[in-house]
Amino acid sequence: MTETLWTPSAIQQERIDYRRGQARRSTSIAVASTITVAVVAAVAITHSPGWAQVRTSFFNVAIGRQYFGAILSGLWLNLRMLALVTLLVIPCSLAVAGIRTLRGPVFFPFRMLASIYTDIFRGTPVLIALYLFGFGMPGLQLSGVPVSPFFWGAVALTAAYTAYVSEVLRAGIESIHPSQRAAARSLGLGYGQTLRLVILPQAVRRVIPPLLNDFVSLQKDVGLVSTIGLIDAIRQAQIAQSITYNYTPYTVAALLFIVLAIPTIRVTDAISARLTSRQQGSLAV
Amino acid sequence: MHFARLTATTAAVLLLAGVSACSSTSTTAAAPTSATGAACTPSTLQTQKSGVLTIAADQPVYTPWFVNNDPANGKGYEAAVAYAVATKLGYTKSQVQWTRVTFNQAIAAGPKHFDIDLDEFSITPERAKVVDFSSPYYNVEQAVVTLKGSKAASVTTLAGLKTLHLGAQVGTTSYTAITDQIQPSVQPNVYNTNDDAVTALKDHQVDAIVTDLPTAFYIAGGELSNGVIVGQLPPAGGKQEQFGILLNLHSPLTSCVSAAVSALNENGTLAKLQATWLANTAGAPVLH
Repeated sequence: MTETLWTPSAIQQERIDYRRGQARRSTSIAVASTITVAVVAAVAITHSPGWAQVRTSFFNVAIGRQYFGAILSGLWLNLRMLALVTLLVIPCSLAVAGIRTLRGPVFFPFRMLASIYTDIFRGTPVLIALYLFGFGMPGLQLSGVPVSPFFWGAVALTAAYTAYVSEVLRAGIESIHPSQRAAARSLGLGYGQTLRLVILPQAVRRVIPPLLNDFVSLQKDVGLVSTIGLIDAIRQAQIAQSITYNYTPYTVAALLFIVLAIPTIRVTDAISARLTSRQQGSLAV
Repeated sequence: MHFARLTATTAAVLLLAGVSACSSTSTTAAAPTSATGAACTPSTLQTQKSGVLTIAADQPVYTPWFVNNDPANGKGYEAAVAYAVATKLGYTKSQVQWTRVTFNQAIAAGPKHFDIDLDEFSITPERAKVVDFSSPYYNVEQAVVTLKGSKAASVTTLAGLKTLHLGAQVGTTSYTAITDQIQPSVQPNVYNTNDDAVTALKDHQVDAIVTDLPTAFYIAGGELSNGVIVGQLPPAGGKQEQFGILLNLHSPLTSCVSAAVSALNENGTLAKLQATWLANTAGAPVLH
């Protein structure tokens, strides 16, 4: 038996060529459109009457270079705080979400306390939580209670973000079809085992995009600890601005924050894409 | 808000005592035009609103520079100086209009909505590239405040401050005095306002705080029941730190305002207003 290689018919070849031509055409339109928009925007901005002034006060390279090191050292505080708070939020929010999804009337007081907690901390601006913990708790002057703003900053941010993240996790848990739970229990798994082995793995996978969204948000909110005395990247920029009367240090801080956020944002996109392709399988287009 | 004090590394030594406004490095252009001369009258001055002098202050403002967060009552040293300058230029009290401008708005690029701004702005050559300053209306020192019985209270030398955990308000020359002059071994804490710094002092989160001397007296004498002034810092680099009125860069008013401030200094008005509104700051020992 000889195998004949498939070759497209003349009509099919025509179709393929047509599609290729269309693809080329839309690419060149996209390129032309992008260039036009970029040129128009650049001309509009650089020819605006205040551009020279804006350029010197926001994009002064000499000042940016001079304070880059100080702002970078401030960013180190952001990174340390981010790592610590993330490590604290994960177990705390799992615990709160677990409590809020407990069944049975006997657990009512715990469910109630957990929902009061999430209501209060989702409603409280993080800034105010920081003030209350950062200045209020040391103000009690109880022996053994730390006075360190780093400690209380971490506590305030953990309290605030645990409230958000536990609600995301709870939504994930509740989105799992009850038949999963019923099936697990009928196979002889206990409540805890069901949660750990069957429900949570599915629930967490479903809510990973919103969780990473909260993580990106936390990256920026850790800087708020500067209100209780610590010097983060934005605070360093503010100090530099007060010395120079120039906004470039803020531009430098913004660039550093973007650099910090890009990996997380890319990971979020990649995970979402993977989830979509897994769930939709070959149907994905 | 005391956003202003940058260590006066200024090459232009604008000594308040008896020197008529002249600045060698800054663009203050403090030409010695007489404030009473023909060029400086409400009808000729190119103010934002013709015939009205718009004066800016931060929101909020603090004692002893203003009283009750109300600049228009004329109480407090800077409010009093503002009205004295307005009067010297020929404006009546009703021709003075106050506006609230934050530090960021005051130094932002673009058109401004005030004629002059008094907010404890320290004059430095670096800042004078971006804004205009009048001739100085106050010679300021930095001081260290702590609680009675704290480990900072017994310090008598500049070197003794090195091991302390210090705090200051952000953006002030008090903070740069800590980092440049004291150079402590522990990173200082920085607060949004002096109020927050005082709270941190009460909470023992810092050993001592640094503010300008009149504010230090106000804090130690009023806000804290057990406050004490450790001492004042010597001028950084031997240069006297001074407050000037802030104007837009190349403002047509700068020379007139400068001349008015200098005249008020020469005729003793500024000294009299200082005696009225600022505590007698003679009692604070200078730390060396």
